[in-house]
Amino acid sequence: MNTSVDLGGLRLKNPIMSASGTFGYGLEFAPYGDLQKLGAIVVKGLSLQPRSGNPPPRITETPCGMLNAIGLQNVGVEKFLREKLPFLPADKTPVIANLYAQGAGEFAELAAILGDEPKVSALEINISCPNVRCGGVQFGQDPEAAAFVTRQVRRACPDKPLIIKLSPNVMDIRVIARSVQEAGADIISLINTLGGMAVDIHSRKPRLANTVGGLSGPAVKPVALKMVYEVCGVVDIPVIGLGGICSARDALEFIMVGAHAVQIGTANFMRPDLIFDLVDELPVLLAELGVESLEKFRGSLETA
Amino acid sequence: MHNTCQTKSRFCDRVRLLGLDFAGHPDFVHLYLEPPSWDYTPGQFVMLRPEIWVQDPIWPRPFSICEKTPEYMRIFVQVVGRGTSLLSSAVPDSEINMWGPLGRGFRLSLDKRYLILAGGMGIAPFVGLCKEHPYPGKLSLIFGHRMDRSCYPFDELPGEMQRQSMRQTNQEDMEHFGRVLQEQIARFAFKGEILACGPMPFLQVVHKHVLETGAPAQLSVETRMACGVGACLGCVVETRSQGLVQSCVQGPVFDAGELVL
Repeated sequence: MNTSVDLGGLRLKNPIMSASGTFGYGLEFAPYGDLQKLGAIVVKGLSLQPRSGNPPPRITETPCGMLNAIGLQNVGVEKFLREKLPFLPADKTPVIANLYAQGAGEFAELAAILGDEPKVSALEINISCPNVRCGGVQFGQDPEAAAFVTRQVRRACPDKPLIIKLSPNVMDIRVIARSVQEAGADIISLINTLGGMAVDIHSRKPRLANTVGGLSGPAVKPVALKMVYEVCGVVDIPVIGLGGICSARDALEFIMVGAHAVQIGTANFMRPDLIFDLVDELPVLLAELGVESLEKFRGSLETA
Repeated sequence: MHNTCQTKSRFCDRVRLLGLDFAGHPDFVHLYLEPPSWDYTPGQFVMLRPEIWVQDPIWPRPFSICEKTPEYMRIFVQVVGRGTSLLSSAVPDSEINMWGPLGRGFRLSLDKRYLILAGGMGIAPFVGLCKEHPYPGKLSLIFGHRMDRSCYPFDELPGEMQRQSMRQTNQEDMEHFGRVLQEQIARFAFKGEILACGPMPFLQVVHKHVLETGAPAQLSVETRMACGVGACLGCVVETRSQGLVQSCVQGPVFDAGELVL
Protein backbone atom coordinates (compact mmCIF):
# COMPACT_ATOMS: atom_id res chain seq x y z
CA MET A 1 0.00 0.00 0.00
CA ASN A 2 1.18 3.47 -0.83
CA THR A 3 1.58 5.37 2.43
CA SER A 4 3.37 8.40 1.02
CA VAL A 5 2.25 11.80 2.21
CA ASP A 6 2.67 15.34 0.96
CA LEU A 7 3.23 17.88 3.69
CA GLY A 8 2.96 21.04 1.65
CA GLY A 9 6.10 20.67 -0.44
CA LEU A 10 7.68 18.06 1.77
CA ARG A 11 7.06 14.65 0.26
CA LEU A 12 7.51 11.64 2.56
CA LYS A 13 7.51 8.00 1.47
CA ASN A 14 5.64 7.16 4.65
CA PRO A 15 4.29 9.18 7.58
CA ILE A 16 6.76 7.86 10.17
CA MET A 17 9.36 10.40 11.26
CA SER A 18 11.72 10.50 14.20
CA ALA A 19 11.09 13.15 16.85
CA SER A 20 13.81 15.63 17.61
CA GLY A 21 15.82 14.92 20.74
CA THR A 22 15.08 11.21 20.80
CA PHE A 23 16.95 10.08 17.71
CA GLY A 24 20.34 11.78 18.08
CA TYR A 25 21.64 12.87 14.70
CA GLY A 26 20.11 9.77 13.13
CA LEU A 27 23.47 8.03 12.84
CA GLU A 28 23.17 6.57 16.34
CA PHE A 29 20.33 4.37 15.04
CA ALA A 30 21.98 3.30 11.78
CA PRO A 31 23.28 0.04 13.34
CA TYR A 32 19.71 -1.00 14.17
CA GLY A 33 17.85 -0.33 10.95
CA ASP A 34 17.87 1.25 7.53
CA LEU A 35 17.51 5.02 7.93
CA GLN A 36 16.29 5.18 4.32
CA LYS A 37 13.11 3.38 5.36
CA LEU A 38 11.92 6.30 7.47
CA GLY A 39 9.54 8.97 6.23
CA ALA A 40 11.95 11.61 7.52
CA ILE A 41 14.77 12.00 10.01
CA VAL A 42 14.36 14.90 12.43
CA VAL A 43 17.65 15.50 14.20
CA LYS A 44 18.45 16.78 17.67
CA GLY A 45 17.76 20.49 18.19
CA LEU A 46 20.60 22.60 16.80
CA SER A 47 21.81 25.97 18.02
CA LEU A 48 24.29 28.41 16.48
CA GLN A 49 26.92 27.53 19.07
CA PRO A 50 27.45 24.12 20.73
CA ARG A 51 25.58 23.74 24.03
CA SER A 52 26.60 21.49 26.92
CA GLY A 53 23.09 21.30 28.38
CA ASN A 54 21.98 21.00 31.98
CA PRO A 55 23.86 19.19 34.77
CA PRO A 56 22.84 15.56 35.50
CA PRO A 57 20.60 13.95 36.58
CA ARG A 58 18.74 15.02 33.47
CA ILE A 59 16.28 12.18 33.04
CA THR A 60 13.98 10.20 35.31
CA GLU A 61 11.47 7.47 34.65
CA THR A 62 7.78 8.01 35.49
CA PRO A 63 4.74 5.75 35.07
CA CYS A 64 4.43 5.02 31.32
CA GLY A 65 6.80 7.84 30.57
CA MET A 66 9.80 9.89 31.50
CA LEU A 67 10.87 13.38 32.42
CA ASN A 68 13.82 15.06 30.80
CA ALA A 69 15.68 18.28 31.32
CA ILE A 70 18.56 17.86 28.89
CA GLY A 71 18.78 21.57 28.14
CA LEU A 72 19.34 21.19 24.41
CA GLN A 73 22.85 19.78 24.50
CA ASN A 74 24.02 19.75 20.89
CA VAL A 75 27.15 19.98 18.76
CA GLY A 76 26.18 23.30 17.18
CA VAL A 77 25.15 23.91 13.59
CA GLU A 78 28.67 24.09 12.17
CA LYS A 79 29.76 20.69 13.45
CA PHE A 80 26.41 19.21 12.44
CA LEU A 81 26.89 20.35 8.86
CA ARG A 82 30.51 19.16 8.79
CA GLU A 83 30.44 15.91 10.76
CA LYS A 84 26.87 14.56 10.85
CA LEU A 85 24.83 15.66 7.85
CA PRO A 86 27.23 14.28 5.18
CA PHE A 87 26.71 10.76 6.58
CA LEU A 88 22.90 10.86 6.53
CA PRO A 89 21.07 9.42 3.49
CA ALA A 90 19.53 12.81 2.67
CA ASP A 91 18.99 11.94 -0.99
CA LYS A 92 16.79 9.00 0.02
CA THR A 93 15.03 10.29 3.13
CA PRO A 94 14.38 13.93 3.99
CA VAL A 95 16.55 15.23 6.81
CA ILE A 96 14.81 17.87 8.90
CA ALA A 97 16.83 20.20 11.07
CA ASN A 98 15.31 21.20 14.39
CA LEU A 99 16.33 24.70 15.44
CA TYR A 100 16.71 26.26 18.84
CA ALA A 101 17.72 29.85 19.49
CA GLN A 102 17.48 32.39 22.29
CA GLY A 103 15.93 35.16 20.22
CA ALA A 104 14.16 35.81 16.93
CA GLY A 105 17.34 37.24 15.39
CA GLU A 106 19.33 34.17 16.31
CA PHE A 107 16.55 31.93 14.96
CA ALA A 108 16.74 33.83 11.67
CA GLU A 109 20.53 33.52 11.50
CA LEU A 110 20.35 29.79 12.13
CA ALA A 111 17.50 29.38 9.61
CA ALA A 112 19.54 31.19 6.95
CA ILE A 113 22.50 28.84 7.48
CA LEU A 114 20.38 25.68 7.37
CA GLY A 115 18.19 27.08 4.60
CA ASP A 116 21.24 27.22 2.34
CA GLU A 117 22.08 23.57 2.91
CA PRO A 118 20.77 21.37 0.07
CA LYS A 119 20.81 18.21 2.20
CA VAL A 120 18.36 19.74 4.69
CA SER A 121 14.80 19.28 3.39
CA ALA A 122 12.87 21.31 5.96
CA LEU A 123 13.27 23.26 9.16
CA GLU A 124 11.44 22.54 12.38
CA ILE A 125 11.42 25.48 14.77
CA ASN A 126 11.42 24.60 18.43
CA ILE A 127 9.47 27.32 20.18
CA SER A 128 8.45 24.90 22.87
CA CYS A 129 11.43 23.60 24.85
CA PRO A 130 10.60 23.79 28.56
CA ASN A 131 14.17 23.13 29.74
CA VAL A 132 16.08 26.25 28.81
CA ARG A 133 16.02 29.68 30.46
CA CYS A 134 15.80 31.86 27.37
CA GLY A 135 13.89 31.31 24.17
CA GLY A 136 12.17 27.98 23.90
CA VAL A 137 8.73 27.88 25.35
CA GLN A 138 8.48 31.64 26.01
CA PHE A 139 7.99 32.05 22.24
CA GLY A 140 5.55 29.19 22.13
CA GLN A 141 3.21 30.46 24.83
CA ASP A 142 2.39 33.83 23.31
CA PRO A 143 0.62 33.93 19.92
CA GLU A 144 2.28 37.24 19.01
CA ALA A 145 5.78 36.05 19.89
CA ALA A 146 5.20 32.74 18.07
CA ALA A 147 4.06 34.61 14.97
CA PHE A 148 7.02 36.99 15.19
CA VAL A 149 9.56 34.13 15.27
CA THR A 150 7.73 32.38 12.45
CA ARG A 151 7.88 35.51 10.26
CA GLN A 152 11.56 36.08 10.99
CA VAL A 153 12.47 32.50 10.12
CA ARG A 154 10.22 32.55 7.05
CA ARG A 155 12.04 35.63 5.79
CA ALA A 156 15.48 34.15 6.50
CA CYS A 157 14.61 30.87 4.82
CA PRO A 158 11.95 31.44 2.14
CA ASP A 159 12.61 28.26 0.16
CA LYS A 160 12.29 25.37 2.55
CA PRO A 161 9.18 24.00 4.22
CA LEU A 162 8.87 25.48 7.67
CA ILE A 163 7.53 23.40 10.54
CA ILE A 164 6.64 25.12 13.81
CA LYS A 165 6.70 22.80 16.81
CA LEU A 166 4.16 23.77 19.44
CA SER A 167 4.14 23.46 23.20
CA PRO A 168 1.21 21.88 25.02
CA ASN A 169 1.89 24.14 28.01
CA VAL A 170 -0.53 26.82 26.84
CA MET A 171 -4.07 28.04 27.57
CA ASP A 172 -5.44 27.25 24.11
CA ILE A 173 -3.18 25.62 21.56
CA ARG A 174 -5.58 26.49 18.72
CA VAL A 175 -4.78 30.18 19.15
CA ILE A 176 -1.03 29.57 18.77
CA ALA A 177 -1.60 27.22 15.83
CA ARG A 178 -3.67 29.76 13.92
CA SER A 179 -1.19 32.47 14.71
CA VAL A 180 1.82 30.61 13.26
CA GLN A 181 -0.20 29.55 10.23
CA GLU A 182 -1.03 33.17 9.47
CA ALA A 183 2.62 34.11 10.00
CA GLY A 184 3.72 31.73 7.25
CA ALA A 185 4.26 28.30 8.77
CA ASP A 186 3.89 25.47 6.21
CA ILE A 187 3.43 22.70 8.73
CA ILE A 188 2.72 22.42 12.46
CA SER A 189 4.09 19.70 14.71
CA LEU A 190 2.78 19.02 18.20
CA ILE A 191 3.16 18.28 21.04
CA ASN A 192 6.49 18.98 22.68
CA THR A 193 6.78 17.72 26.27
CA LEU A 194 4.37 18.62 29.04
CA GLY A 195 5.88 20.42 32.02
CA GLY A 196 6.39 17.94 34.85
CA MET A 197 8.25 17.16 38.03
CA ALA A 198 9.33 14.23 40.19
CA VAL A 199 10.70 14.36 43.73
CA ASP A 200 12.24 11.96 46.23
CA ILE A 201 10.74 12.02 49.74
CA HIS A 202 13.84 10.34 51.23
CA SER A 203 16.48 12.73 49.97
CA ARG A 204 13.92 15.58 49.78
CA LYS A 205 15.41 16.51 46.46
CA PRO A 206 13.99 16.80 42.97
CA ARG A 207 14.80 13.85 40.75
CA LEU A 208 16.14 16.20 38.07
CA ALA A 209 18.99 18.63 38.74
CA ASN A 210 16.93 21.21 36.84
CA THR A 211 14.08 20.57 39.38
CA VAL A 212 11.44 20.51 36.63
CA GLY A 213 11.42 18.97 33.17
CA GLY A 214 9.31 17.79 30.28
CA LEU A 215 7.09 14.70 30.40
CA SER A 216 6.95 12.38 27.40
CA GLY A 217 6.01 8.82 26.53
CA PRO A 218 2.69 6.93 26.43
CA ALA A 219 1.54 8.85 29.53
CA VAL A 220 1.06 12.02 27.44
CA LYS A 221 -0.63 10.38 24.45
CA PRO A 222 -4.25 11.26 25.33
CA VAL A 223 -3.26 14.90 25.85
CA ALA A 224 -1.36 14.95 22.56
CA LEU A 225 -4.21 13.31 20.69
CA LYS A 226 -6.70 15.89 21.94
CA MET A 227 -4.46 18.78 21.00
CA VAL A 228 -3.72 17.38 17.54
CA TYR A 229 -7.47 16.90 17.06
CA GLU A 230 -8.12 20.50 18.13
CA VAL A 231 -5.41 22.00 15.96
CA CYS A 232 -6.44 19.97 12.90
CA GLY A 233 -9.88 21.50 13.29
CA VAL A 234 -8.66 25.09 13.00
CA VAL A 235 -5.74 25.13 10.53
CA ASP A 236 -5.51 24.38 6.80
CA ILE A 237 -1.85 23.38 6.81
CA PRO A 238 -0.60 19.82 7.44
CA VAL A 239 -0.14 18.73 11.05
CA ILE A 240 2.45 16.30 12.38
CA GLY A 241 1.25 14.54 15.52
CA LEU A 242 3.53 13.32 18.27
CA GLY A 243 3.32 12.42 21.92
CA GLY A 244 3.66 8.88 23.23
CA ILE A 245 3.35 7.03 19.94
CA CYS A 246 4.72 3.48 20.39
CA SER A 247 2.91 1.41 17.78
CA ALA A 248 1.32 1.50 14.33
CA ARG A 249 -2.05 1.64 16.09
CA ASP A 250 -1.01 4.76 18.00
CA ALA A 251 0.21 6.34 14.75
CA LEU A 252 -3.12 5.66 13.06
CA GLU A 253 -5.00 7.21 15.97
CA PHE A 254 -3.22 10.51 15.32
CA ILE A 255 -3.82 10.24 11.58
CA MET A 256 -7.49 9.44 12.17
CA VAL A 257 -7.94 12.67 14.14
CA GLY A 258 -6.39 14.60 11.26
CA ALA A 259 -2.58 14.41 11.33
CA HIS A 260 -0.73 13.98 8.03
CA ALA A 261 2.31 12.39 9.64
CA VAL A 262 3.61 11.35 13.04
CA GLN A 263 6.86 11.52 14.94
CA ILE A 264 8.22 8.76 17.14
CA GLY A 265 9.98 10.05 20.22
CA THR A 266 10.40 8.36 23.58
CA ALA A 267 9.56 4.99 22.01
CA ASN A 268 12.99 5.10 20.33
CA PHE A 269 14.43 4.52 23.79
CA MET A 270 12.26 1.46 24.39
CA ARG A 271 13.94 -0.37 21.52
CA PRO A 272 16.32 1.16 18.97
CA ASP A 273 14.74 -0.68 16.03
CA LEU A 274 11.13 0.06 17.03
CA ILE A 275 10.74 2.96 14.58
CA PHE A 276 11.90 0.78 11.68
CA ASP A 277 9.37 -1.90 12.61
CA LEU A 278 6.59 0.71 12.68
CA VAL A 279 7.26 1.55 9.04
CA ASP A 280 6.59 -2.10 8.16
CA GLU A 281 3.63 -2.50 10.50
CA LEU A 282 1.68 0.56 9.37
CA PRO A 283 0.59 -0.69 5.90
CA VAL A 284 -0.19 -4.13 7.38
CA LEU A 285 -2.51 -2.57 9.94
CA LEU A 286 -4.14 -0.35 7.31
CA ALA A 287 -4.81 -3.43 5.20
CA GLU A 288 -6.25 -5.26 8.21
CA LEU A 289 -8.62 -2.33 8.72
CA GLY A 290 -9.65 -2.54 5.09
CA VAL A 291 -8.48 1.00 4.46
CA GLU A 292 -7.81 1.84 0.80
CA SER A 293 -5.39 4.67 1.37
CA LEU A 294 -3.85 6.71 4.11
CA GLU A 295 -5.40 9.78 2.52
CA LYS A 296 -8.90 8.33 3.01
CA PHE A 297 -8.20 7.30 6.56
CA ARG A 298 -6.90 10.73 7.58
CA GLY A 299 -9.40 12.72 9.58
CA SER A 300 -11.95 9.90 9.37
CA LEU A 301 -12.87 10.11 13.06
CA GLU A 302 -16.63 9.94 13.44
CA THR A 303 -17.96 12.08 16.25
CA ALA A 304 -21.61 11.95 17.16
CA MET B 1 14.46 -18.70 18.39
CA HIS B 2 17.26 -16.29 17.77
CA ASN B 3 15.45 -13.48 16.03
CA THR B 4 17.94 -10.92 14.77
CA CYS B 5 16.19 -7.72 13.80
CA GLN B 6 19.11 -6.09 12.07
CA THR B 7 22.64 -7.15 11.33
CA LYS B 8 25.13 -4.34 11.04
CA SER B 9 27.83 -3.49 13.53
CA ARG B 10 25.45 -3.91 16.45
CA PHE B 11 22.32 -5.88 17.01
CA CYS B 12 18.95 -5.74 18.61
CA ASP B 13 18.00 -9.29 19.43
CA ARG B 14 14.96 -10.79 21.04
CA VAL B 15 16.56 -13.44 23.20
CA ARG B 16 15.12 -16.12 25.42
CA LEU B 17 15.70 -16.10 29.16
CA LEU B 18 17.24 -19.51 29.78
CA GLY B 19 17.09 -19.31 33.54
CA LEU B 20 17.66 -17.36 36.74
CA ASP B 21 19.99 -18.19 39.57
CA PHE B 22 19.59 -16.44 42.89
CA ALA B 23 22.91 -16.04 44.64
CA GLY B 24 21.91 -16.86 48.19
CA HIS B 25 19.75 -13.74 48.50
CA PRO B 26 16.51 -12.70 46.78
CA ASP B 27 18.02 -9.35 45.74
CA PHE B 28 20.96 -10.82 43.81
CA VAL B 29 20.24 -12.76 40.67
CA HIS B 30 22.15 -14.07 37.67
CA LEU B 31 20.16 -13.96 34.45
CA TYR B 32 21.16 -16.54 31.86
CA LEU B 33 20.17 -15.48 28.36
CA GLU B 34 20.41 -17.10 24.99
CA PRO B 35 23.91 -16.12 23.81
CA PRO B 36 24.07 -13.46 21.09
CA SER B 37 26.14 -13.97 17.94
CA TRP B 38 28.51 -11.09 18.69
CA ASP B 39 31.62 -10.95 20.80
CA TYR B 40 32.37 -8.29 23.40
CA THR B 41 35.12 -6.56 25.32
CA PRO B 42 34.88 -6.73 29.13
CA GLY B 43 33.43 -3.45 30.37
CA GLN B 44 30.94 -3.21 27.52
CA PHE B 45 27.26 -3.46 28.39
CA VAL B 46 23.85 -4.41 27.03
CA MET B 47 20.41 -2.88 27.35
CA LEU B 48 17.67 -5.29 28.43
CA ARG B 49 13.93 -4.79 28.12
CA PRO B 50 11.57 -7.73 28.49
CA GLU B 51 8.94 -7.84 25.77
CA ILE B 52 6.26 -8.16 28.46
CA TRP B 53 6.96 -4.64 29.77
CA VAL B 54 4.98 -3.25 26.79
CA GLN B 55 4.70 0.43 27.82
CA ASP B 56 5.79 0.34 31.44
CA PRO B 57 8.51 0.62 32.62
CA ILE B 58 9.35 2.66 29.57
CA TRP B 59 13.14 2.37 29.67
CA PRO B 60 15.31 -0.64 29.09
CA ARG B 61 17.95 -1.21 31.78
CA PRO B 62 21.72 -1.17 31.23
CA PHE B 63 23.88 -4.03 32.55
CA SER B 64 27.55 -4.90 32.28
CA ILE B 65 28.17 -8.10 30.42
CA CYS B 66 29.19 -10.44 33.23
CA GLU B 67 30.17 -13.46 31.16
CA LYS B 68 29.51 -15.00 27.77
CA THR B 69 29.99 -18.63 26.87
CA PRO B 70 28.79 -20.68 23.88
CA GLU B 71 25.84 -21.74 26.05
CA TYR B 72 24.71 -18.48 27.58
CA MET B 73 25.16 -14.81 28.20
CA ARG B 74 25.14 -14.01 31.88
CA ILE B 75 24.00 -10.76 33.47
CA PHE B 76 24.40 -10.11 37.19
CA VAL B 77 21.58 -8.04 38.66
CA GLN B 78 20.96 -6.52 42.06
CA VAL B 79 17.38 -5.53 42.78
CA VAL B 80 17.47 -1.80 43.46
CA GLY B 81 14.20 -0.57 41.97
CA ARG B 82 11.22 -1.42 39.87
CA GLY B 83 13.02 -2.46 36.69
CA THR B 84 15.48 -4.78 38.40
CA SER B 85 12.69 -6.16 40.57
CA LEU B 86 10.65 -7.05 37.47
CA LEU B 87 13.72 -8.58 35.84
CA SER B 88 14.40 -10.71 38.90
CA SER B 89 10.90 -12.14 38.62
CA ALA B 90 11.07 -12.71 34.86
CA VAL B 91 9.82 -16.11 33.77
CA PRO B 92 12.23 -18.60 32.14
CA ASP B 93 11.57 -18.88 28.39
CA SER B 94 10.21 -15.33 28.28
CA GLU B 95 11.59 -13.01 25.62
CA ILE B 96 13.87 -10.11 26.35
CA ASN B 97 14.92 -7.44 23.88
CA MET B 98 18.65 -7.06 24.16
CA TRP B 99 20.97 -4.73 22.28
CA GLY B 100 24.72 -4.53 22.43
CA PRO B 101 27.59 -4.78 22.85
CA LEU B 102 27.48 -1.11 23.80
CA GLY B 103 30.08 1.46 24.76
CA ARG B 104 33.80 1.21 25.18
CA GLY B 105 35.16 -1.59 27.34
CA PHE B 106 38.50 -1.92 29.10
CA ARG B 107 41.57 -1.71 26.88
CA LEU B 108 43.52 -4.79 27.86
CA SER B 109 46.85 -6.26 26.98
CA LEU B 110 47.58 -9.86 27.88
CA ASP B 111 51.15 -9.28 29.01
CA LYS B 112 50.26 -6.52 31.45
CA ARG B 113 49.56 -6.84 35.16
CA TYR B 114 46.28 -5.46 36.41
CA LEU B 115 45.05 -4.44 39.82
CA ILE B 116 41.27 -4.74 39.71
CA LEU B 117 39.27 -2.70 42.20
CA ALA B 118 35.61 -3.64 42.39
CA GLY B 119 32.91 -2.21 44.63
CA GLY B 120 29.76 -4.29 45.08
CA MET B 121 28.00 -4.83 41.76
CA GLY B 122 31.11 -3.39 40.14
CA ILE B 123 32.47 -6.94 40.15
CA ALA B 124 30.14 -7.84 37.25
CA PRO B 125 32.31 -6.79 34.26
CA PHE B 126 35.37 -8.50 35.75
CA VAL B 127 33.89 -12.00 35.97
CA GLY B 128 34.31 -12.80 32.28
CA LEU B 129 37.57 -10.86 32.14
CA CYS B 130 39.17 -12.90 34.94
CA LYS B 131 37.74 -16.28 33.96
CA GLU B 132 38.77 -15.95 30.33
CA HIS B 133 42.21 -14.43 30.94
CA PRO B 134 44.92 -16.89 29.82
CA TYR B 135 47.23 -15.79 32.65
CA PRO B 136 45.02 -15.05 35.66
CA GLY B 137 48.18 -14.88 37.78
CA LYS B 138 48.71 -11.42 36.31
CA LEU B 139 45.47 -10.23 37.89
CA SER B 140 44.92 -9.02 41.45
CA LEU B 141 41.51 -8.13 42.81
CA ILE B 142 40.40 -6.10 45.79
CA PHE B 143 36.68 -6.46 46.26
CA GLY B 144 34.65 -4.32 48.65
CA HIS B 145 31.06 -5.30 49.37
CA ARG B 146 28.19 -4.47 51.71
CA MET B 147 26.23 -7.71 51.63
CA ASP B 148 27.56 -11.18 52.41
CA ARG B 149 30.27 -12.26 49.98
CA SER B 150 28.15 -15.20 48.84
CA CYS B 151 25.81 -12.73 47.11
CA TYR B 152 28.51 -11.86 44.59
CA PRO B 153 30.39 -13.90 41.95
CA PHE B 154 33.66 -13.77 43.88
CA ASP B 155 34.47 -17.33 44.84
CA GLU B 156 34.18 -18.58 41.27
CA LEU B 157 37.08 -16.39 40.09
CA PRO B 158 40.32 -18.21 39.19
CA GLY B 159 42.36 -19.39 42.17
CA GLU B 160 45.63 -18.25 40.53
CA MET B 161 44.54 -14.65 41.02
CA GLN B 162 45.46 -12.72 44.12
CA ARG B 163 42.05 -12.01 45.60
CA GLN B 164 41.08 -10.02 48.64
CA SER B 165 37.55 -9.29 49.74
CA MET B 166 36.46 -6.84 52.41
CA ARG B 167 32.98 -6.30 53.73
CA GLN B 168 31.77 -2.84 54.71
CA THR B 169 28.71 -2.60 56.91
CA ASN B 170 29.31 0.77 58.58
CA GLN B 171 31.12 4.06 58.19
CA GLU B 172 34.19 2.77 60.01
CA ASP B 173 34.50 -0.15 57.58
CA MET B 174 34.14 2.26 54.67
CA GLU B 175 36.93 4.45 55.96
CA HIS B 176 39.15 1.43 56.50
CA PHE B 177 38.40 0.20 52.99
CA GLY B 178 39.31 3.65 51.67
CA ARG B 179 42.70 3.43 53.41
CA VAL B 180 43.31 -0.05 51.98
CA LEU B 181 42.50 1.23 48.50
CA GLN B 182 44.88 4.14 48.98
CA GLU B 183 47.72 1.85 50.17
CA GLN B 184 47.20 -0.73 47.45
CA ILE B 185 46.97 1.87 44.69
CA ALA B 186 50.22 3.48 45.93
CA ARG B 187 51.96 0.10 46.20
CA PHE B 188 50.85 -1.09 42.77
CA ALA B 189 51.05 2.30 41.02
CA PHE B 190 53.32 1.65 38.03
CA LYS B 191 53.57 -2.14 38.06
CA GLY B 192 50.77 -2.31 35.53
CA GLU B 193 47.38 -0.73 35.22
CA ILE B 194 44.42 -0.30 37.55
CA LEU B 195 40.90 -1.20 36.47
CA ALA B 196 37.96 -0.12 38.61
CA CYS B 197 34.19 -0.40 38.62
CA GLY B 198 31.68 0.31 41.34
CA PRO B 199 29.28 2.88 42.76
CA MET B 200 30.17 6.55 42.45
CA PRO B 201 31.42 7.11 46.05
CA PHE B 202 33.80 4.15 45.58
CA LEU B 203 34.97 5.41 42.19
CA GLN B 204 35.55 8.86 43.66
CA VAL B 205 37.92 7.38 46.27
CA VAL B 206 39.75 5.32 43.63
CA HIS B 207 39.89 8.31 41.30
CA LYS B 208 41.38 10.56 43.97
CA HIS B 209 44.15 8.12 44.81
CA VAL B 210 45.08 7.18 41.25
CA LEU B 211 45.35 10.86 40.36
CA GLU B 212 47.52 11.47 43.45
CA THR B 213 49.90 8.67 42.55
CA GLY B 214 49.69 9.16 38.80
CA ALA B 215 48.97 5.44 38.38
CA PRO B 216 47.48 4.53 35.00
CA ALA B 217 43.86 3.54 35.54
CA GLN B 218 40.65 2.88 33.66
CA LEU B 219 37.38 3.49 35.49
CA SER B 220 33.96 2.22 34.50
CA VAL B 221 31.17 4.57 35.55
CA GLU B 222 27.55 3.76 36.27
CA THR B 223 24.94 6.29 35.12
CA ARG B 224 21.22 6.49 34.50
CA MET B 225 20.45 5.71 30.87
CA ALA B 226 17.30 5.72 28.78
CA CYS B 227 18.60 4.42 25.45
CA GLY B 228 22.19 3.16 25.65
CA VAL B 229 22.92 4.24 22.08
CA GLY B 230 23.83 7.91 22.43
CA ALA B 231 20.46 9.50 21.78
CA CYS B 232 18.80 10.40 25.07
CA LEU B 233 21.75 12.42 26.42
CA GLY B 234 20.77 11.38 29.93
CA CYS B 235 23.96 9.54 30.90
CA VAL B 236 26.48 12.33 30.63
CA VAL B 237 29.60 12.53 32.80
CA GLU B 238 32.06 15.36 32.97
CA THR B 239 35.40 14.98 31.22
CA ARG B 240 38.47 17.20 31.17
CA SER B 241 38.87 17.48 27.41
CA GLN B 242 35.28 17.46 26.16
CA GLY B 243 33.03 18.61 29.00
CA LEU B 244 29.85 16.57 29.38
CA VAL B 245 29.93 13.41 27.27
CA GLN B 246 27.59 10.42 26.99
CA SER B 247 28.92 7.54 29.05
CA CYS B 248 26.99 5.06 26.88
CA VAL B 249 29.08 5.70 23.78
CA GLN B 250 32.25 7.43 25.00
CA GLY B 251 32.34 5.23 28.13
CA PRO B 252 31.37 3.55 30.34
CA VAL B 253 35.15 2.94 30.67
CA PHE B 254 37.24 6.10 30.79
CA ASP B 255 40.87 6.84 31.53
CA ALA B 256 40.95 8.11 35.09
CA GLY B 257 42.77 11.29 34.08
CA GLU B 258 39.98 12.18 31.68
CA LEU B 259 37.17 11.98 34.23
CA VAL B 260 35.97 14.74 36.54
CA LEU B 261 34.14 12.93 39.35
